[in-house]
Amino acid sequence: MNGASAANPPALPDPQDRDFLLGLYGTMVLIREFEERVKFLFLEGTMPGTIHQCQGQEATATGVCAALHADDWITSTFRGHGHALAKGLTVQEMLDELFGATTGCCKGKGGSMHMGNMAKGMVPGIAIVAGGIPLAAGMALAFKMQRTQQVVACFFGDGAVAEGAFHEGVNMAAIWQLPVVFVCENNLYGASTRIDKVMKNPRISDRAAAYGFQGETVDGNDVLAVHAAARRAAEACRTGQGPVLLELLTYRRTGHSRRDACHYQAKDEREAWFSRDPITRFATQLLARGDITPADLDAIKARIDSQITQGVELAKQAPQPTLADLTTDVFA
Amino acid sequence: MKRQGIAEALRDGIAEEMTRDERVFCIGEDIGVPGGWGGAFTVTLGLAEKFPGRIIDTPIAELGFTGMAVGAAMMGMRPIADMQYGDFLFLASDQLINNAAKMRYMSGGTVKVPMVMRAPIGATGRGSQHAQSMERYFTGVPGLKVVAVSTAYDAKGMLKAAVRDDNPVMIFEHKLLYGSKGARAEPGAVDATSEIPDGDYTVPLDRAAVRRPGTDVTVLGWLLMAHFAAAAAGTLAAEGISAEVIDVRSLSPIDYETIGESVRKTGRVVIVEEGPKTGGVSAEICAGIMERFGDHLQAPVVRVASADVPVPFTPILENAYRPDAARIAQACRDLAGR
Ligand SMILES: Cc1ncc(C[n+]2csc(CCOP(=O)(O)OP(=O)(O)O)c2C)c(N)n1
Ligand SMILES: [Mg+2]
Repeated sequence: MNGASAANPPALPDPQDRDFLLGLYGTMVLIREFEERVKFLFLEGTMPGTIHQCQGQEATATGVCAALHADDWITSTFRGHGHALAKGLTVQEMLDELFGATTGCCKGKGGSMHMGNMAKGMVPGIAIVAGGIPLAAGMALAFKMQRTQQVVACFFGDGAVAEGAFHEGVNMAAIWQLPVVFVCENNLYGASTRIDKVMKNPRISDRAAAYGFQGETVDGNDVLAVHAAARRAAEACRTGQGPVLLELLTYRRTGHSRRDACHYQAKDEREAWFSRDPITRFATQLLARGDITPADLDAIKARIDSQITQGVELAKQAPQPTLADLTTDVFA
Repeated sequence: MKRQGIAEALRDGIAEEMTRDERVFCIGEDIGVPGGWGGAFTVTLGLAEKFPGRIIDTPIAELGFTGMAVGAAMMGMRPIADMQYGDFLFLASDQLINNAAKMRYMSGGTVKVPMVMRAPIGATGRGSQHAQSMERYFTGVPGLKVVAVSTAYDAKGMLKAAVRDDNPVMIFEHKLLYGSKGARAEPGAVDATSEIPDGDYTVPLDRAAVRRPGTDVTVLGWLLMAHFAAAAAGTLAAEGISAEVIDVRSLSPIDYETIGESVRKTGRVVIVEEGPKTGGVSAEICAGIMERFGDHLQAPVVRVASADVPVPFTPILENAYRPDAARIAQACRDLAGR
């Protein structure tokens, strides 16, 4: 029912493998290009609704999801496009959703803030800050009771740790040693508010110690560091050593939502983080290996660009719901 | 006199109350951040500079800051709490319903909780969790006053009355009525501007407003639906149907005096509500009318409300979900013909 595979999960690929690394790079570029195109469509006025985007944070979703098996789960937030792409949702089902089509991953009923696909291990995004945290703990409780080997990675922002739901959720996960990786994407801001205004101790991973479980702070713009930490965390969860709190330090390059111009972000801070862009950094690392060329990376980007262009064309013509669809899907 | 939208009128109202009474302060998320937005819909923009230390930006902690507003109010302050989206009131509701609303009664009338909670509602292309019509969850709570502001004049006047009231007052606002311009402008926004007098004024928290007099049918609505009802009445007038449009405005308590006067005259009632039909405020109003003025009705009361489903994202379904002027007009035609 929850997608657990009968056999033991296959081993994860060697993290030094060339194809694996190019795969990580491809996922990050996919997220960046997807978000850039969505932003364009939104500003142009062709795409309805509102958007919360994750340019600059590509390494977190990519590194974590690559550490999960296909039958593991994630929960996400209003800022979920990157998580969805990294968990294997297709560009097409997501663009269709954004255009409100019935072929979208939530049949056009969810929209940008509620991206998800239960067949791919992603619960529809939860747009209530911290609302996914107790829910993920509950999913992990189910895995424990069902004696599966599954893990849930629960994504949330720095803003969420001020909510009661965070404290209630992580405490219960801790006392029952549940297989959940709490992934806090600390991008220094909750909406327009900088973390130093709203926390006395801005080291979010310290919260884990207060509840008696493992926490770690990681460079969230280093996809390999994220990936390694997520592998360790998932492994700990599978062996009954969960939960784990990962604090991934990153930065949002774009507005909080819509047309937000980010006037509350200091210029030098923005520039410092732009110079630590996760994609450029990883590209430099890849090129230094010797067996990957700029042409390889360009080819990946070109493939993704045309995939997205094609996806947009199809999404614009995708079938829209009829009035009969309004009242379906309320009850099981 | 000056022409203002709801966001500006609220902003001026808050500033005037803060100037008049130093116990008044604002508390909420992203309401006073330098370079920020002045709340999600610009209502408190610029106030943090004017009133240092009295526009309090909180962590994302609705239960927490609402509880703090309750506590501060009990100790003699006059907080105005800001909920970014009405949907998050579910997180704050324990403090509002179990504490704010009950303190006075539980204490045998010895405690006062003079606080205001402002919250925007309405389906606006954001999907199911940033869209709900929340007023229904609070109108049935004894000890809470609940109002809904659909014009800039009312917004300022009711805000001021709420700040001066010694009880917890919830003010519901609508995302499509703020009239905020620029970066935070909303597609589909409706003009809710008013001529705002220069001097101080308040609008009572327990009176409905007749927006358009008529004789054939009474149409009751609030927030966006009051505007749609007025638009429907315009269409109906051209067809020879005279609709009286009442902005219910005070949702708890409900002004049955104004409503009753109209019902006695028209004998026909349409109640329009943006939330789902089942369990809405319109059910309460309908029952209240039946009890008081049932003998004056020439036909059963009709409700025009949204479908009993969560708010859908896709614009096609969202528009089908929510009542519009055409549906309201049709309901009036059907009723007037009976
Ligand atoms: C309970 C709740 N309160 C407030 C909001 C409005 N809101 C949406 S996103 C956001 C900021 C969240 O910050 P953070 O958790 O750091 O995530 P980020 O936006 O940085 O990804 C706020 C306040 C919300 N969606 N839910
Ligand atoms: Mg953040």
